Amino acid sequence: MSLGLTEFTLAEARDKLRAREVSAQELGEAHLSAIGSAKALNAFVVETAERARADAARSDARLAKGEGGILEGIPVAMKDLFCTEGVVSTAGSHILDGFRPTYESTVSANMWREGAVMLGKTNMDEFAMGSSNETSHYGPVRNPWRADGDNRDLVPGGSSGGSAAAVAAALCLGATGTDTGGSIRQPAAFTGTVGLKPTYGRCSRWGIVAFASSLDQAGPMTRSVRDSAIMLRAMAGYDQKDSTSVDVAVPDYEAALDRSVKGLRIGIPTEYRIDGTPAEIAALWDQGIAWLKDAGAEIVEVSLPHTKYALPAYYIVAPAEASSNLARYDGVRYGFREDRDDLTEMYEATRAAGFGAEVKRRILIGTYVLSAGYYDAYYLQAQKVRTLIAEDFKNAWDRVDALLTPTTPEAAFGIGEKNDDPVAMYLNDILTVPANMAGLPAMSVPAGLSARGLPLGLQVVGRAFDEETVLQVGRTLERAAGFDHRPTPWWRDQP
Amino acid sequence: MSGVIQGATGPWEMVIGLEVHAQVSSASKLFSGAATAFGAAPNIQVSLVDAAMPGMLPVINKVCVEQAVRTGLGLKAKINLRSVFDRKNYFYPDLPQGYQISQYLQPVVGAGTLVLDMEDGTSREIGITRLHLEQDAGKSVHDMHPDRTYVDLNRSGVALMEIVSEPDLRSPEEAGAYLRKMRSILRYLGTCDGNMEEGSMRADVNVSVRRPGADYGTRCEIKNVNSVRFVQQAIEVEARRQVDVLEDGGEILQETRLFDSRKNETRSMRSKEEAHDYRYFPDPDLLPLEFEQAWVDEIAASLPELPDDRKARFIDELGLSPYDAGVLVAEKEVADYFETVAGGRDAKVAANWITGDLFGALNKAGLEIASAPVAAKDLGALIDLIADDTISGRIAKGVFDAMFKTGRPPGEIVEEKGLRQVTDSGAIEAIVDTVLEANQHKVEEYRGGKEKLLGFFVGQVMKQSQGKANPKIVNDLLKQKLGNPGA
Repeated sequence: MSLGLTEFTLAEARDKLRAREVSAQELGEAHLSAIGSAKALNAFVVETAERARADAARSDARLAKGEGGILEGIPVAMKDLFCTEGVVSTAGSHILDGFRPTYESTVSANMWREGAVMLGKTNMDEFAMGSSNETSHYGPVRNPWRADGDNRDLVPGGSSGGSAAAVAAALCLGATGTDTGGSIRQPAAFTGTVGLKPTYGRCSRWGIVAFASSLDQAGPMTRSVRDSAIMLRAMAGYDQKDSTSVDVAVPDYEAALDRSVKGLRIGIPTEYRIDGTPAEIAALWDQGIAWLKDAGAEIVEVSLPHTKYALPAYYIVAPAEASSNLARYDGVRYGFREDRDDLTEMYEATRAAGFGAEVKRRILIGTYVLSAGYYDAYYLQAQKVRTLIAEDFKNAWDRVDALLTPTTPEAAFGIGEKNDDPVAMYLNDILTVPANMAGLPAMSVPAGLSARGLPLGLQVVGRAFDEETVLQVGRTLERAAGFDHRPTPWWRDQP
Repeated sequence: MSGVIQGATGPWEMVIGLEVHAQVSSASKLFSGAATAFGAAPNIQVSLVDAAMPGMLPVINKVCVEQAVRTGLGLKAKINLRSVFDRKNYFYPDLPQGYQISQYLQPVVGAGTLVLDMEDGTSREIGITRLHLEQDAGKSVHDMHPDRTYVDLNRSGVALMEIVSEPDLRSPEEAGAYLRKMRSILRYLGTCDGNMEEGSMRADVNVSVRRPGADYGTRCEIKNVNSVRFVQQAIEVEARRQVDVLEDGGEILQETRLFDSRKNETRSMRSKEEAHDYRYFPDPDLLPLEFEQAWVDEIAASLPELPDDRKARFIDELGLSPYDAGVLVAEKEVADYFETVAGGRDAKVAANWITGDLFGALNKAGLEIASAPVAAKDLGALIDLIADDTISGRIAKGVFDAMFKTGRPPGEIVEEKGLRQVTDSGAIEAIVDTVLEANQHKVEEYRGGKEKLLGFFVGQVMKQSQGKANPKIVNDLLKQKLGNPGA
């Protein structure tokens, strides 16, 4: 087995598959083997080796005939929030114990149709609620990255922590994530990978376990911007089964990558310079500005005055929707149940044992903010704030074509470090949440290392359905940063 | 039953408002493609959406929206071009999502009216507050096992229209008339089959009492009453209960109550304090429901003639009495039947046959108009046979009975039984002569001024002719032969 087979980018592997320089089966086996020796990361909840082998054989047959879709023969991992037919789908929760859907989510179905090979389902924060992948019923994911000279385990970020770790550790060529408040971009930043949250409505939500319906959006997690473009094209598209899906043509994103940013106007939002931002984050941001300026972009200071209300409003809207979305996990029809003679007791015992602490916290917050007497002060107010945030962005688009910000206020932190302080944990989303509140596409691109040798990301936010510009700017940053750092594979064959 | 209760301390007036839940006539559910037919085996008509499987999303069924708009137009109501679906959150095993998708602050249909036709021929306008679309829940089955409950999700997600009235009703009779009229309109529109036995129409009943002319009292809501009769009984006993409480110096507490038709009483279900906090909020899986006025206009143009208009036409153009017109239009099938019978004929005669003989026979046989053995065109033919003197009115009654029993057309029956009227005046004259001959002294009495004996002679002649003699000829001949009475 050649380790080199896992070191390609998705784009490289695609080209080699098409040229028949490698087979889908070789590529699949290499990744299954890598997954087998990376148990220490706990990145996967379910491995689907047999399925992967069958998929790969099918892809080889197609490729041999000169056929095949966008992702033909590409081994990918699926966040366990996507329902996959016949394969256990847990959402990282005890309450979905043993749940095997009889249906396939639209996004995953799109990817299989385009020839992707399924390696397995990745670990995640329970119901996508978390910023560290520590709320999973299946235990925390360990970040493949460690700080220089420090063996302590770090979080990969969350909620798509398993996907981020799997991509960073070269266990797959790409993985799906979902992003409700930063759940693709923050773990991408923490693991030196590329994470793209598309425009709300770009990817169908059908078959994805819902966290906060008005914010959830699926997107690709990859090792390069080009890979992101390729994978998004396979995932995206209008779906009449999702009423919030938007019927806009899906362009060839890859074709947009090599457009020059010359003449593009890049906005730098003043309000994102938050007090207490570490100097190295500020420096990275300045570096990103310089790179884009060097590439010919025009840099414009812009104001998004309601930015500071985005996080508090998010932590009202998202839990409110979640409190209702998670009501269906009641022990009656599927998943986990604590049997009791009395109905109310059964509900209480099932949900008490089936949900973890963070999920319960958000259900309680959400229930509270929707309650009679509090609705106007919290939920309604938060919705008004949301409108104002969207207007801030709209106003900015009069002056600029994309925005550049850091992705996170810090690099990856230690496992267990923030567990006692939910607010400190929530603050991780402060730079990513506004794009969700406004439904805009946003991407995190690895741009450098912290003083301790940990990856840091820059975020590009674009206009609705203008993923092309986001990718174009992201590609420019990637090229300028020349980020080719990879984590040292300490995890190989560790317990 | 009446709207005023004479209490020990004086009269009390009932104030009633109704919330009608009408199942939308549609092949599939409000937000899923599952079928809605009544009577399927349990859990057969359930989609992944109806069972609230993880990741499933609702998609609005345009047919259901069209039916709601059509109903709104039929109630002369304001149609809202933009409305919003909200989630009503509560836990129950027959509510798989843990919430019902409904419309709360922005319903699809706003204020409208419904005209009540009272027994005394007067009419009264009742305000419709709103109409909104919502999902039905499934059904919990408690009697299949001693200590387990089974759930049937066939109804889960079926579209309902909740039609809310203003508190404009003042008696159980009015409430009954309102429900019958609502049912009539819905059936004319084809938006709900109105079948209360199958649960296609149910009502929540709001009742309060007050001194005549005073402000509204505190109301109680009686949930889920499933027949017109029970609605009326529930109002009667609940109003009486409230009067008793008030006259004993007590206070009515706003609460939800259940009607027990066996014991003829209402019982408290939950008080206002125990009321659910439903935590309504806009369903983020659904965009606001928006459509164009042009679409509404299209639906309006396709609206059938509704009972009020039809009634007016029956009175103005066909000369029916308001009472007969009201009776005939109440059921669309009856009105259609009537129009076929009355086509090109005397409308009053047609109305009499239908409201008299046909309704009587149907009632006795326990049949609906739709399954009447006598086809409308055959009843029309029967009327024609009378009009052209083929048979007499009396013979016609017998022919009708035979038609009802056999379903055969009247012409066949008349021919087969030889019921054709005798119009040969020679033959009739012979009978007349025989009768006069046999009743000499009665002839004397008649001639002496006892004019009403004419009927006796007619009867005798008819009897001898086995009813087949043409009554006009009989009359003419008798008068001719008897001469003037008292002459």
